[in-house]
Amino acid sequence: MICTLSKPAQQKLLEGYVGFANLPNQVYRKSVKRGFEFTLMVVGESGLGKSTLINSLFLTDLYSPEYPGPSHRIKKTVQVEQSKVLVKEGGVQLLLTIVDTPGFGDAVDNSNCWQPVIDYIDSKFEDYLNSESRVNRRQMPDNRVHCCLYFIAPSGHGLKPLDIEFMKRLHEKVNIIPLIAKADTMTPEECQQFKKQIMREITEHKIKIYEFPETDDEEENKIVKKIKDRLPLAVVGSNTIIVVNEKRVRGRQYPWGVAEVENGEHCDFTILRNMLIRTHMQDLKDVTNNVHYENYRSRKLAAVTYNGADNNKNKGAMTKFDTSDGMSPLAQMEEERRDHVAKMKKMEMEMEQVFEMKVKEKIQKLKDSEQELQRRHEQMKKNLEAQHKELEEKRRQHEEEKNSWEAQQRVLEQQKLDSSRTLEKNKKKKIF
Amino acid sequence: MTTSDVARQGDQNAQPLSLSGHVGFDSLPHQLVNKSTCQGFCFNILCIGETGIGKSTLMDTLFNTNFENFESSHFEPKVKLRAQTYDLQESNVRLKLTIVNTVGFGDQLNKDMSYQHVVDYIDTQFESYLQEELKIKRSLHNYHDSRIHACLYFIAPSGHSLKSLDLVTMKKLDSKVNIIPVIAKADTISKTELHKFKIKIMSELVSNGVQIYQFPTDDETVSKINTAMNGILPFAVVGSTEEVKIGNKMVKARQYPWGVVQVENENHCDFVKLREMLICVNMEDLREQTHTRHYELYRRCKLEEMGFTDTNPESKPVSLQETYEAKRQEFLGELQHREEEMRQMFVQRVKEKETELKEAERELQGKFEQLKRLHSEEKNKLDEKRRSLEDEMNTFSKKKAATELLQGQSFTANANLKKDKDRKNSGFM
Repeated sequence: MICTLSKPAQQKLLEGYVGFANLPNQVYRKSVKRGFEFTLMVVGESGLGKSTLINSLFLTDLYSPEYPGPSHRIKKTVQVEQSKVLVKEGGVQLLLTIVDTPGFGDAVDNSNCWQPVIDYIDSKFEDYLNSESRVNRRQMPDNRVHCCLYFIAPSGHGLKPLDIEFMKRLHEKVNIIPLIAKADTMTPEECQQFKKQIMREITEHKIKIYEFPETDDEEENKIVKKIKDRLPLAVVGSNTIIVVNEKRVRGRQYPWGVAEVENGEHCDFTILRNMLIRTHMQDLKDVTNNVHYENYRSRKLAAVTYNGADNNKNKGAMTKFDTSDGMSPLAQMEEERRDHVAKMKKMEMEMEQVFEMKVKEKIQKLKDSEQELQRRHEQMKKNLEAQHKELEEKRRQHEEEKNSWEAQQRVLEQQKLDSSRTLEKNKKKKIF
Repeated sequence: MTTSDVARQGDQNAQPLSLSGHVGFDSLPHQLVNKSTCQGFCFNILCIGETGIGKSTLMDTLFNTNFENFESSHFEPKVKLRAQTYDLQESNVRLKLTIVNTVGFGDQLNKDMSYQHVVDYIDTQFESYLQEELKIKRSLHNYHDSRIHACLYFIAPSGHSLKSLDLVTMKKLDSKVNIIPVIAKADTISKTELHKFKIKIMSELVSNGVQIYQFPTDDETVSKINTAMNGILPFAVVGSTEEVKIGNKMVKARQYPWGVVQVENENHCDFVKLREMLICVNMEDLREQTHTRHYELYRRCKLEEMGFTDTNPESKPVSLQETYEAKRQEFLGELQHREEEMRQMFVQRVKEKETELKEAERELQGKFEQLKRLHSEEKNKLDEKRRSLEDEMNTFSKKKAATELLQGQSFTANANLKKDKDRKNSGFM
């Protein structure tokens, strides 16, 4: 490595002014220039006051007589509709997208009425994933759903099966903030009971609603704890302004009094607004980006690489994709390549070994048969030689015998000759 | 009020809406800033310059602290990079600062490859970010960003012009990192020489097409000061960690017999301007440029190199998944192909060896056939010899038998004769 590895970060004290304390201001400046985006989804049965609440939250007429809210639009199936508005406040621009779900829970058979919602959220994740994955990336508009306000009907008796089903299916895709709608139909005690019941059921079904993050700040933590105690928030919305004690307030006029929207003792609306807009909007976006989106992404990409692996012999068995600790697909391919090279090397070595061994065997066999043949040849040669020798011996004997016999014969002959000569002589003598 | 970037892109169907009261999302930037401050910031500076030009001293002066500095020799065989990370805190802002120094830059006889190690280092940091970004399970928000945000290029105060090494290096780096050229040891140049020197440097940079970092002028809050500073580039700096008493204050300065050069005196050098621009005003922009421009360029080149495109041959948009899938198939196919090749090669070898061995076997057989033939020839000869001997012996024994028979007969005859004779003889007497 060209670069010498640094030691872990060391703490250094500054002896004077440097100036990076100004960094936050720089970040502030840039963020204002960039502008902000936020997508809010509202889900709930018709008539729960969703549109009124949105209007109250943003102090505007998002839904007006000309553009009626979802409850006025009766649909056969659940629709998912979005409306984008650009709002400015204090130099800060916000592109706000409100996503409606008219028809949710309104049918007789509501099984699967959450599917369009899931599809919508996933499609936004998909869009973001695709634009993030392009080679040429431009600005990536963030249309992902950052928060889902789920409206619970104020029955006073706990969650409906639809509520539970919906939240169970969506809690890992989006930040869910459950709200008790039309809270002015319950007394504070009834409300308390209802809230407790709901929270119990939420815990029982292991539903993960949006959690407020802990901070290092003591003060903030106290506020956060207060909010947590009042979950789910019970809200009231209103489009009308009423004068109460010479103050103009948003509220609902009853014969017995006015339920004020922004009165903390009447309902939790202010808490919701503060939390949603003034303190935790950024966190909602961060959780969407760092948790929900990342979950979607890793599941999507793991499916891709797993599909590729289906051609491998490791079908069904635990491949390392299952246990891989989130390597990038490219790095995975690299590792696979390396593994393959190692495997090939091993295979090569093995083949080589087998080859060598077989060759050795064959050569040995050849040698052996050569030796064998050689041996036999030697033996035969020896045999022949022995026979030769034997034959020689025999011949010699025969020669000897022959010679001696011949000699004998010659002697005999001689004798015979001599004797016949003597006989002759005697004969001759005798005659005389 | 200028339209924000978001507003411009979301323009398609967004209706502007007026609010009838204070909603409160003007706190959004505050929320964002609070989060960032909690997390802490991170900044990485690369200092390139010859040995002894004052890189470490300048860093110490800039950040008002004493970083660990190693004195390097002039005899490094290759350019090395040394990175150190420090945790700094000013009021409530925490900064993780990484300073990367080049060691031995410009010392070699052959400086051809000097810039290569720097380029490689920068690319390595981009690469690790890219790898993290491409991971399936990733944690980008926790990732320690090691990409170089600013590169201070130290120009030697010759007073004449840029060295060719300077031009070559900066040209190689200008598309990879934000280059901020500084004239080092500016206390060795007089004001008039300095002015001429700066003009010469800037014109040389322009004529060679080197793109140095320009302080951004699009944000009206800072555009005025940034534009002014852009005209003073490159900054002529002096660094010093020693303090000299001026009046009744201790200031950072360099003491000469003819006077004291005060580092933070804007008449003496541009140090304060550098600090202002680099740290106070544009640090965030440097980080942003690195991410949105230099890193994106690297990423685009790298992905294109690997064969990824945004559109397939029919000019239809291709999703990353499809590309991965295709790449993966190709890749697996390649591996299988290689495996096949190797197997084939082995089969070939085995065949060849078999033929070889068969040849040898045949030869061996041939040899022994021959020997066998010789042997049987020998045997035949021997048999013949034996037969002839036997014939001889037979002949001989026949002869012998015949002779003996004859002899026997004649002997008997003789004997009879003799007997007769003897009888006769004996009879006569």
